[in-house]
Amino acid sequence: MKSLGNTRRSFAPWTDPDATPFITFRNVTKTFGDFTAVDNLTLDIYHREFFALLGASGCGKSTLLRMLAGFEKPTSGEIILDGQNIAGIPPYRRPVNMMFQSYALFPHMTVESNIGFGLRQDGMPKSQIAERVAQMLKLVKLEQFAKRKPHQLSGGQRQRVALARSLAKRPKVLLLDEPLGALDKKLREETQFELMDLQQELGLTFVVVTHDQEEAMTMADRIAVMSHGEVIQVATPAEIYEAPNSRFVADFIGDVNILEGKVTASGNGRVELAGADGLTIRAASGEIPANGVSTGFAIRPEKLRVDRAAPADPGVNAVEGEVWDIGYLGDMTVFHIRLANGKVLKASMLNARREVEDPIVYDEKVWVSFDETAGVVLRD
Amino acid sequence: MRNLGSALFSRLVIIVPYVWLLFFFLVPFFIVFRISLSTMAIAQPPYVPVFGFADGLSGFIGKLGELHFDNFLWLTEDALYINAYLSSLWIAGVSTILALLIGYPVAYGMAKAPRALRPTLLMLVILPFWTSFLIRVYAWIAILKPEGLLNQFLMGIGVINDPLIIINTNWALYIGIVYSYLPFMVLPIYSTLEKLDHSLIEAAQDLGAPPVSAFWKITFPLSVPGVVAGCMLVFIPAVGEFVIPDLLGGSQTLMIGKTLWNEFNANRDWPVSAAVATILLLILVVPIVFFQNAQAKAEEKGR
Ligand SMILES: Nc1ncnc2c1ncn2[C@@H]1O[C@H](COP(=O)(O)OP(=O)(O)O)[C@@H](O)[C@H]1O
Ligand SMILES: [Mg+2]
Repeated sequence: MKSLGNTRRSFAPWTDPDATPFITFRNVTKTFGDFTAVDNLTLDIYHREFFALLGASGCGKSTLLRMLAGFEKPTSGEIILDGQNIAGIPPYRRPVNMMFQSYALFPHMTVESNIGFGLRQDGMPKSQIAERVAQMLKLVKLEQFAKRKPHQLSGGQRQRVALARSLAKRPKVLLLDEPLGALDKKLREETQFELMDLQQELGLTFVVVTHDQEEAMTMADRIAVMSHGEVIQVATPAEIYEAPNSRFVADFIGDVNILEGKVTASGNGRVELAGADGLTIRAASGEIPANGVSTGFAIRPEKLRVDRAAPADPGVNAVEGEVWDIGYLGDMTVFHIRLANGKVLKASMLNARREVEDPIVYDEKVWVSFDETAGVVLRD
Repeated sequence: MRNLGSALFSRLVIIVPYVWLLFFFLVPFFIVFRISLSTMAIAQPPYVPVFGFADGLSGFIGKLGELHFDNFLWLTEDALYINAYLSSLWIAGVSTILALLIGYPVAYGMAKAPRALRPTLLMLVILPFWTSFLIRVYAWIAILKPEGLLNQFLMGIGVINDPLIIINTNWALYIGIVYSYLPFMVLPIYSTLEKLDHSLIEAAQDLGAPPVSAFWKITFPLSVPGVVAGCMLVFIPAVGEFVIPDLLGGSQTLMIGKTLWNEFNANRDWPVSAAVATILLLILVVPIVFFQNAQAKAEEKGR
């Protein structure tokens, strides 16, 4: 059986029509004055899912999360959590906890009291609090720092305290607002995997907000790509990358070439586009627009082949161009190939071998070719 | 050369506050202290200096042995002084607590007001400073006196039949002190509350703390530096306050500032009034040191 990309676990409740979502946003709108931050948004999140909200800064991700936590009230629409409409429930009674973008650690309390704060609020007996706090400290590997104040910790350590504090009450849902935003790149990558392990281990539902597509791709079971308060696509990382539904998503995630064309034949799961860039595209994946519609065709740089000779099979999509630029990145090489009409295509080739015989150089005439399932026809 | 110059400059900059302190605090204090050790005389100025520059260094050391602290002993002998000190501390303490009880909610309200409104509110707090302090205290006489505005109003709406006697009682004194020093309480508290990161309150609520609990566990502890500063700024000048007890307080109102004034002007006993001032200063140094300590600690925390 073929599947898109490598999936990390066989967990896909969203494909099961009988599964009930754990969290549902139904036609949720949030306006600030005359500015619409979240626009008639509908979204399902499942139990034990690691769900990412991805989008540029200011697109309404935090607002969505804050509505779930109870700090903002939806202007209209409803939010269901575990079968219950949570509209009237104040933040301090919701079974969700949030890890704040700024961490929001209490500066006058030690690491220990920060982590135990929620437990004390719940009136848990002292001995049990001590036990749980010790457990959380161990989980985030901060045992030696229990008595320190937040200002005596590094950024990475603070991030862990914030995480431990938000997990201490064992919430049904953990909300994470740009949890790794303040960490440097190396620490961020390490922590991504730690968060994933933690989520699996504790069996919790995580909703994470990020503007970093790599972070979302690495961690999430599914990603909601957002723009201007709307969800553009909700899908697994592989689907988002290999089958973006729109120009926006294709462009937002990774590198992409978008070829323009007009549909000349469609049906049977196939589309033929008269490309504006001097080629005819035969595609067997993506949307299937009606005849005569102008649309785009998205193809990732690594799906393009670059050869000196035209492909032998006339059924393969191919176009001739000239090597305009070559970028050597170590693990791969990126070719910029200029077509007759001036459009430049990006093609990348993995450097699987150390030595290359007769490499392609600047200004050479080359053929760029791709299979009919290598790219997708876009909605618009 | 340039390095030397800039090093010299930075050293000068450090010296400036010390020089200031020397000339405007230590030297005057020493002068007052010197008067407090002398004896009264019918002369101009009305005391016999214990030592002067004319004595030279050897004369100065010789006279050190002869120093007598009669004026200070006198303060302990007459219950008037001790009572005045205690009463001043009590009145200042009560006024500080009242100012805190009124000032904290005001500061809190200001910090929670819409951002655009805050400069206006701040302006309103500072506005009274634009008129003379004395005029404002006199205005209170007009408000509080038996036939004053307050009594006219209360009798007008029928709450009372006979005018309340407020003026020349401790009530008027407290009203006057709290009114006059309230901005000094509000401003430092407002400034700590305004800086407070709102996400801390949200975090507390997120972890299960209802708003009242979040206030006492997060907002209030984090505003303590402002509360301490405000209390010091009210308490310290209130202890030595002289104008308000004189104008609004009654004849039975005992405050050290008023006593000092009487000793100095009515009795023309400079040595005793200098001793009174010296002790007052020492009493106030204690809370000031406490305040400095608290501030240093807060700074440590804020790092
Ligand atoms: N309390 C508020 N008042 C007014 N505008 C707000 C408020 N909170 C958020 N916004 C606006 O809503 C938009 C979305 O904000 P946010 O959800 O924080 O975006 P992000 O996706 O970066 O997390 C932004 O343009 C922001 O300026
Ligand atoms: Mg945000």
